[in-house]
Amino acid sequence: MKTITSLSRRGLLKSGGALIVSFTLDSLIPAGSFAQDRPSAAGREEHPSGSPQAVDSFLAIHADGSVTIYTSHVDVGTGIATAFRQIAAEELGIPVERFTVIEGDTATTPNHGGTGGSSGVPRGAADIRRVAATARLALLDLGAKQLNLPASELTITAGEVRPVKGGQSVSVASLIGGKRFLLPVNDKAPLKDPATYSIVGKPILRAEVPAKCTGRMVYLQDFTVPGMLHGRVVRPPSMGAKLLSVDESSIKALPGVRLVRMESFLGVVAADEWAAIRAAREIKATWSEWQGLPGSEDLEGYLRNGAIERDQAVANRGDVGAALPTAAKQLSATYYWPFQSHASLGPSCAVADVKEAGTTVWSTSQNSFGLRSNLAKVFAIPQDKVRVVYMEGSGSYGTNGGNDAAADAVLLSRAVGQPVRVQWMRQDEHGWDPKGPVQLLDVRGGLDSSGNIVAWETQMWLPGGPSGDRALVGPESAGMTQEHGQGAGLMTMNADPPYAVANVRVTAHNLKETPLRLSNLRAPGKIANVFAVEAFTDELAAAAGMDAVVFRRRGLSDPRALAVLDRATAMMDWQARVSPNLRAAEGNLLVGRGMAYMRYKQAENYVALGMEVAVDRATGKITVRRVVCAHECGLIVNPDGLRNQVEGNIMQTLSRTLHEEVQFNRSRVTSVDWNSYPLLTFPEAPAIQVALIDRPDQPAYGAGEAAAAPVAAALSNAIFDATGVRLRTVPFTAARVKAALAKA
Amino acid sequence: MPSYKFRVNGRPVDVDSWDPNQPLLYLLRNTLGLHGAKFGCGLGQCGACTVLVDGKAVRACTLPVRQVAGRAVTTIEGLGTPESPHPVQAAFIAEQASQCGYCTNGMVMTAKALLDATPHPTLDQVKTGLAGNLCRCGTHTRIMNAVMRVGKA
Repeated sequence: MKTITSLSRRGLLKSGGALIVSFTLDSLIPAGSFAQDRPSAAGREEHPSGSPQAVDSFLAIHADGSVTIYTSHVDVGTGIATAFRQIAAEELGIPVERFTVIEGDTATTPNHGGTGGSSGVPRGAADIRRVAATARLALLDLGAKQLNLPASELTITAGEVRPVKGGQSVSVASLIGGKRFLLPVNDKAPLKDPATYSIVGKPILRAEVPAKCTGRMVYLQDFTVPGMLHGRVVRPPSMGAKLLSVDESSIKALPGVRLVRMESFLGVVAADEWAAIRAAREIKATWSEWQGLPGSEDLEGYLRNGAIERDQAVANRGDVGAALPTAAKQLSATYYWPFQSHASLGPSCAVADVKEAGTTVWSTSQNSFGLRSNLAKVFAIPQDKVRVVYMEGSGSYGTNGGNDAAADAVLLSRAVGQPVRVQWMRQDEHGWDPKGPVQLLDVRGGLDSSGNIVAWETQMWLPGGPSGDRALVGPESAGMTQEHGQGAGLMTMNADPPYAVANVRVTAHNLKETPLRLSNLRAPGKIANVFAVEAFTDELAAAAGMDAVVFRRRGLSDPRALAVLDRATAMMDWQARVSPNLRAAEGNLLVGRGMAYMRYKQAENYVALGMEVAVDRATGKITVRRVVCAHECGLIVNPDGLRNQVEGNIMQTLSRTLHEEVQFNRSRVTSVDWNSYPLLTFPEAPAIQVALIDRPDQPAYGAGEAAAAPVAAALSNAIFDATGVRLRTVPFTAARVKAALAKA
Repeated sequence: MPSYKFRVNGRPVDVDSWDPNQPLLYLLRNTLGLHGAKFGCGLGQCGACTVLVDGKAVRACTLPVRQVAGRAVTTIEGLGTPESPHPVQAAFIAEQASQCGYCTNGMVMTAKALLDATPHPTLDQVKTGLAGNLCRCGTHTRIMNAVMRVGKA
């Protein structure tokens, strides 16, 4: 038995990380248990990043019959890699177990788009499907020559090209293994009829889950390279503060720490991670005063009074100006969604190795090619000298601090001439990740005397700024030239009602400025927009004296919309009646139910979501007892992966709706840990029932976001049903609910 | 440099630390190469770093190494393997109770301690037992199902 005896730091450094790791794994983990955490193409033929028009860029069939898919789309825990394997396996007739996926490596994968906006299935997988269909045609031709039969009489099953009528077969590996197709992707290659699918539509288990559940998965946060140092960045106490002076003696007692300073960028590196952490914490630095933020107390005022860059007509039909004032009943309400953090459970991390010959960055970025382009520009390195390699990390849900951590690592590695790993600390992630935008929505609606919606107007205010690449925190402190893009995704979709309304006007007021850096956060804009639209629809239903589901059904004609609404209604055992329902309380608990419907981006998934809640009128505490969700996204690729995403969307958005709000004063973000920025906890987690409606005849949509969109509205509607009080400001904290109940 | 003797996954180790207050987490991850326990907050608030010390679930991110001397530490690597998972891990795999999986270490280790103390927990006991562990992906339902699955076995 080996034991580790007196491993000194000096010994550690001398022997190098790799040796120590293999030695200690050998002794501390039961023998023979070190599994490959992630499929790897190591030892296989070289695979340079190629054109997205070429089959070989996406697909390599190896001599042993295994297959590698290369893609710029990345799996951030959503199961997209498994979906890609299923889709390719289905078209090619090769068992799904033989497929591995290499993701987001600018040196080896083609660039067919980054991950975001639920595009992985409708765009990424559609590309993979065409590639596989093209390869299938080529394999049938090769098989035809080998078997001396017309290609039209052949098929591929179990990785063998064989006559449809039976007889001698030839393996795919023997036809093409280790060789290239040398073919362009053929958009007209015949696709398999979904009615004959045997792999797509099955709940194939995700290959990485066993490694994740046994501690064997190597996340980027766990990744090391030989000679790597640990870096931490010292962020200023005020977001725009300048670094005036540093007292280097304040950390001289800490072993092996080096300081890196570039203008107001202050970093520390050390071979020992704990030394780097302590140095960043204990270093004495003097910073200038800075109070450039408006504070988060009155962001509604900030948005209403801010200078407007441009007004955007999101929807405009009929004549709202004429129809609204003449409506029999007119309602108006203001809805508010706060700044929110991605709040990744593991703070952002990156490893960079800056060398004369080239810079390699290991990153969790959802867009490796985009990050490469921006890093090349900011650091003035030719793009072909920068390689960005995606590795899975803690979930990002959009653009968290991962790109910034990558820039931090490049800055530090460039300064010290060694590879550097940077992991942000908790206060860095909460304080400095670019935020999901605050949103303010004024909604006005009119009903005719029969309770039909005759006019609808939404005006929304959004913080904004220039387009272009998002500024990176480290380079900004270092005084480097860069773009200051404030893109946050498609923020204005789903801001008009999905119901038949003759007169609709939706206007987005995009401000010139934003107090905090912006980025896309899961289902950008759509959650707040559906919150406003679907809660206001409930307000109109109540004003019309109608049941909320009956009221919605009257305005819907699309059978797919009605199908999800009817399914959710049935799952809720919904009895038609008018809200609120102020029946006898259960002690202090007021109970109610709510429903919300939407079609994601008005063009993709159909979702209806019902909720049952209890509100404690003494404390204001909301308990979500039950959530039901009917979800239709066209053809289902993997029902279990889909269900996992739908459940996750619902639970995460409940957390965002009940608890989450970035708070800041004039100088800095003040909600910088899990006490000041709490997440939903297990005792609060409701039972969730999901009904998936499969439409194999319809295109497959992505499901990484859609079910998030109706959550806040359904919750607001259920609380109104229970209490008669309408919550229009997120988060629905107990204090806010209690205050609203007291006013009612 | 001071060194600290304790057991990790059944084996004796003797680990140097220049700082007696260095949290166990960094020694596990960087000196011993056991990266299953994750850095989440360094504040004992999220549970991603959970390990067992003498059978109790503790936060390795705030536990000074000097307090570990003479004790028995179990990490997630010591429970089972992808090929031969521990029953708790097998239940998590069967339920696919992981999205990004960064919290999974803490969920598995907290569940292990909970099930050791309460082999057949009620759903409310599971919720209370996991109350200090955060999951950002929203995989709560599956995690609870996985723990209940072990409890019913």
